[in-house]
Amino acid sequence: MCLAIPGKLLSIDVELDEVFRQGKVSFGGILKDVNLTMLPDAKVGDFVLVHVGVAISIVDEEEARQTFEYLRQMGEVEELKE
Amino acid sequence: MKFITEFRDPELVEKYVKEIKNRVTKPWTIMEICGGQTHSLVKNGILRMLPEEISMVHGPGCPVCVTPIGIIDEAILLSLKSNVILCSFGDMLRVPGTSKSLLEAKAEGADVRILYSPLEAVEIAKKNPVKEIVFFAVGFETTAPANAMSVISAYKQGVTNYSILASHVLVPPAMEAILGDPENKIDAFLAAGHVCTIMGIDLYYPIAEKYQTPIVVTGFEPVDLLQGILMAIIQLENGSYLVENQYARCVQAEGNPKAIETINEVFEISDRSWRGIGEIPLSGLDVRAKYENYNARLKFGLGTPKAETANECISGEIMKGLKKPFQCPHFGVKCKPEHPLGAPMVSSEGACAAYFQYQNVLEFN
Ligand code: SF4
Repeated sequence: MCLAIPGKLLSIDVELDEVFRQGKVSFGGILKDVNLTMLPDAKVGDFVLVHVGVAISIVDEEEARQTFEYLRQMGEVEELKE
Repeated sequence: MKFITEFRDPELVEKYVKEIKNRVTKPWTIMEICGGQTHSLVKNGILRMLPEEISMVHGPGCPVCVTPIGIIDEAILLSLKSNVILCSFGDMLRVPGTSKSLLEAKAEGADVRILYSPLEAVEIAKKNPVKEIVFFAVGFETTAPANAMSVISAYKQGVTNYSILASHVLVPPAMEAILGDPENKIDAFLAAGHVCTIMGIDLYYPIAEKYQTPIVVTGFEPVDLLQGILMAIIQLENGSYLVENQYARCVQAEGNPKAIETINEVFEISDRSWRGIGEIPLSGLDVRAKYENYNARLKFGLGTPKAETANECISGEIMKGLKKPFQCPHFGVKCKPEHPLGAPMVSSEGACAAYFQYQNVLEFN
């Protein structure tokens, strides 16, 4: 039930008041209306993590790269120790 | 980057598995809390890839599995009222109540609707002013902001025929309850990534410290899970017990402040009974008095849900990490997804259903 998936914010369509916002998010080409209220800073082009119709986090690309770097960095640390 | 395929890369998966094998020297038991992670571990064959020293046990992080039977019965009761439209997430429908499931109530004519988001329920309420719309608001911290927002949205728009039947549960108190059980064998936890997206990671420091247990906040894709396991193994082998964040691309230390504010606006923390596990103090969320008109429990005078009756399902032992699904005598025999005896056989996030669905992947015994 806690499944949430990342998609790209394509447009912000509704701004009812300063907090309630809604936008279109593309999940690999499938478009859905997503509530953006929890992410006042989200802007078009961001990847957002969406759960039951609500965007809950902006995905950080730099941090994402760390997962790919992690093993290599660990190797380097090991070398430093030797 | 699309943030999905890259985290399923078989080559990287293999590298992580190799690194885990290189690092592990002793047997360790690691519990993943979240049912979504259980599903991913089983479906992607990760349990089979891990060295035999590592035993993964599957925590109570499946809302469908821990919703007390008394609350399921209440949802069914409400759904059978002629003026009620009962809305729910899909996986709640097949969970057995005392005498039937919501799906069976639907077959008997109840207006039960499956929704993707609670916000849709408010729209249904606007379109059906003569009906009472009840959303069956189950879930962990991840789902709480959306459920809370549905109440705020109805309140702000003056929609009065909407209410929620809340059965919200919180993860950190459950982790404490599991670790506090003297029988538990858990050496490390993978904390649920999306719960932490909302709530942040501060709540885990005192738990890691008190029980000297490493906690690694972990994502859901194969590479995430393997990295989380590797980080836990490195800690265990070094004798450390830190809180680490594998899922930093989605989890900030402070969580999502706006989401926390929304939850606190509508809900307050309360004691909660977990199906299979029992009462855990301060482990649930109830609707605050300010929104009592949106609390189905008060609106329909439901009172306190009745206590659980014992049955043959050993889900509690499974969710506490004491047993694996195939150690249940009913697994795959009397209990199958078509005829579930217990909730963990219903939702694909329940450990029993995940094991059953992918049993050739797992090759038990
Ligand atoms: S196999 Fe069925 S009866 Fe046994 S623990 Fe799982 S859900 Fe319960």
